[in-house]
Amino acid sequence: MAFNSFPKEFSESGALIERHWQELAARRWLHSWLGFGLLFLALGGSLWFANETNAGKFFDRLPHLFDFVGDMVPRDGFEVFRALFDLASPYDDGSFKYNYPEGRFYVTESLYIPEYFYKMLETLNIAIFSTIVGALLGFVLCFLAARNLMPNWLVRGFARRVMEVLRAFPEVVLAGFFLAILSLGPLPAVIAVSIHTVGALGKLFFEVVENADMKAEEGLRAAGANWTERVWFGIVPQVMPNFISYFLLRLEINVRASTIIGAVGGGGIGELLRLSIGQNHAAKTLAIVLLLFCTIIAVDQLSAWARRRLVGDQAFRLAQ
Amino acid sequence: MSKLHLSEMAAVEARHPEIFTRPFWSRFRMPLIVLGAILYGLYCWWFFAIGAVFQNANWSLAGTYLADWVSYEVRPEIRMADDGTMQIRYPRFSPLGDNPNPDWVIAMRETVTHRIEAPAATAAQPAVKKSATSFMTAGAPLGGSTAAPTGEAKAEVRTEEVVTRAEIVMSGSARIEVVPGEVLVRYGDESLRVFVDGKTVLPDGDALPGWATQKRPGEKIVLSFGMAGWAEIEADEVSIRKRFLGWANFVFDTQSPFFGKSASEVMSLIASGERIDPSRSNLSLAWNNVLYNSEWQHLDVWTKLLQTIVMAFVGTVLATLVAFPLAFMAARNITSNWLSNQLTKRFFDFLRSVDMLIWALFFTRAFGPGPLAGMSAIFFTDTGTLGKLYSEALENIDDKQREGVKSVGAPGVAVQRFGVLPQVLPVFASQALYFWESNTRSATIIGAVGAGGIGLKLWEAMRTNSDWENVAYMVLLILIVVFVFDAISNALRARLIGRMRT
Repeated sequence: MAFNSFPKEFSESGALIERHWQELAARRWLHSWLGFGLLFLALGGSLWFANETNAGKFFDRLPHLFDFVGDMVPRDGFEVFRALFDLASPYDDGSFKYNYPEGRFYVTESLYIPEYFYKMLETLNIAIFSTIVGALLGFVLCFLAARNLMPNWLVRGFARRVMEVLRAFPEVVLAGFFLAILSLGPLPAVIAVSIHTVGALGKLFFEVVENADMKAEEGLRAAGANWTERVWFGIVPQVMPNFISYFLLRLEINVRASTIIGAVGGGGIGELLRLSIGQNHAAKTLAIVLLLFCTIIAVDQLSAWARRRLVGDQAFRLAQ
Repeated sequence: MSKLHLSEMAAVEARHPEIFTRPFWSRFRMPLIVLGAILYGLYCWWFFAIGAVFQNANWSLAGTYLADWVSYEVRPEIRMADDGTMQIRYPRFSPLGDNPNPDWVIAMRETVTHRIEAPAATAAQPAVKKSATSFMTAGAPLGGSTAAPTGEAKAEVRTEEVVTRAEIVMSGSARIEVVPGEVLVRYGDESLRVFVDGKTVLPDGDALPGWATQKRPGEKIVLSFGMAGWAEIEADEVSIRKRFLGWANFVFDTQSPFFGKSASEVMSLIASGERIDPSRSNLSLAWNNVLYNSEWQHLDVWTKLLQTIVMAFVGTVLATLVAFPLAFMAARNITSNWLSNQLTKRFFDFLRSVDMLIWALFFTRAFGPGPLAGMSAIFFTDTGTLGKLYSEALENIDDKQREGVKSVGAPGVAVQRFGVLPQVLPVFASQALYFWESNTRSATIIGAVGAGGIGLKLWEAMRTNSDWENVAYMVLLILIVVFVFDAISNALRARLIGRMRT
């Protein structure tokens, strides 16, 4: 940015103001570029560090980036759908790679749910159930953490700290810990995702509550209502649409989270995906990726539609 | 309070029909939703078999694992030979070091002469001729033993100082006394005498106290002393697990020359002591010992933590840098080209909808485990999400500023720079900060899938179920990092978009 010399027509005080402004502008300019410089320095250092500590080096691996994509091409286009719907494959050689009917989940003698659909259902159930559990607990906690409803700072601070710790506690550890106690199955994932959801939703919920209109609550207070009644009849009806909208947003996030938790041992589709990528099962991997992709799009669209109906085109905000 | 007349009530009802005669859906919406949720909860109870899983869960393990987070066990074993002598042994890598002699294990020593069955491994080497005895003498326990040469090296008679009686103080109220042939346990007011003869374990009296359990008569008895630890009495061995609060050997491991020294001793050694290792100063030796502590692996943990931080940082910064120009292409009001709008938007949707898990697994295969895979996964997913958010922010801007800049004849780039950017930059930056913060959290779990960083290390530490104190250490570090980054990001955001309500 170029700074012109002062125009002649400035008066003395005008020139002073102009000079001061230019000084400020120059300092701001310097600060911006210093900030950018620091950012890029940090970025460069980080990239170097990441490359040094990685198992494969970036430039060594780059030409081979798509090597294994070649392994992931199925024998023919229909293989993906045979894997998806657990139909027998013409290439079946007895190995696990082509044995699609193996995982069929039989409802009756002849009617079955394909393995991946069943596992996807499991992952979806993990997500929905833990979002419900987390939302219920977060609902209870949020009124204790809101400044306008809980004048006692001790209770409020405690509730907020609890939520912060629940939110920041690594889900991997929760899943691993409950995996050790409850043994294999989807329940450790449910618990891990629920606990995280309590913290995340609780925070969003109490922010909504703090922004609520207090007139209704005041009226109830004047009529002699107790705390529970004031909250239930004065606050809950106005915050409910926002709560449900955040609930749906969280559901989207939790569908993703439960696939990842599944991959680290929590069951569901994530585990199958990790195994089949690891074992180079081309058609199976593509089938799972396809199913996961469609499910996530469907869940996102459904929840976006429901949220639009509930609270209108409110600014989209992610919370993790 | 005056009551309303019936006619007045009817009038009120007639004036506000929307309150008194609501449609079915709006009247029963809430109960129906609650009913649906309850039914769904019951279905999940069945689907996940929650009742059965909780019933079969090993809850006693939960207590032990949780206690392991903040405490450690020392496990001496007292082996009882048939002739009444004992041996107190500690497992390898005991937290007390190689030669522990804790004051809570009181051993009575006597000099006795007894026959010892030679270990089978030694006996299995009859080929060693003359040197056999000297070899065995060298291998015999210290303490002035005289090995009597025996022809077949099967057994020998030795005179040595051995333990004949041991007493273990578990806590103020619990102690275990081991004498030849029996074990006497006192816990609070109760006491238990157990006879052991090398083959069976026989408690004295019929009823065991509540803190002792024996699954089958004659087999081992398990004693539990609460937080003080527990013990097992077997026919020829008493295993003690005494629990101590704290993290064992957090600074120096047992192999370090600084092990077991107090802080002031270590300080004076570092400041003015003689060099322990002549090739380097005591300070560098101490620091090296801390970094390569074999139990806690500080250097490795810190490197992995830094990898996770770097993954989140680089992923977010690169995603921001790529999403920024693409968002201008995706916004309808900035680029009035339907094709480019649609293409970029669908591209964002694609990146977002392919789960972070899929990206992580993909890049782990491509780059090998490590932060490159994790940062690429975060980069790809967040380019999609940030791009979508940014393009939505751009589409919602106030058009007046742009028109103003355009009306003075500014070129296209200047219109964006002065007409659009000042409006959206605070929003962009605050969203980037928000993602940086949340990515720091998700980078941990991505790591566990195989993308490196602290997540993988956590997962490995948990697999064995024996390193929960290391897990606690890493969780603590992660919590600190997350809270610090939360604070930084909140402060930066507050400066960017004005003080936010807290």
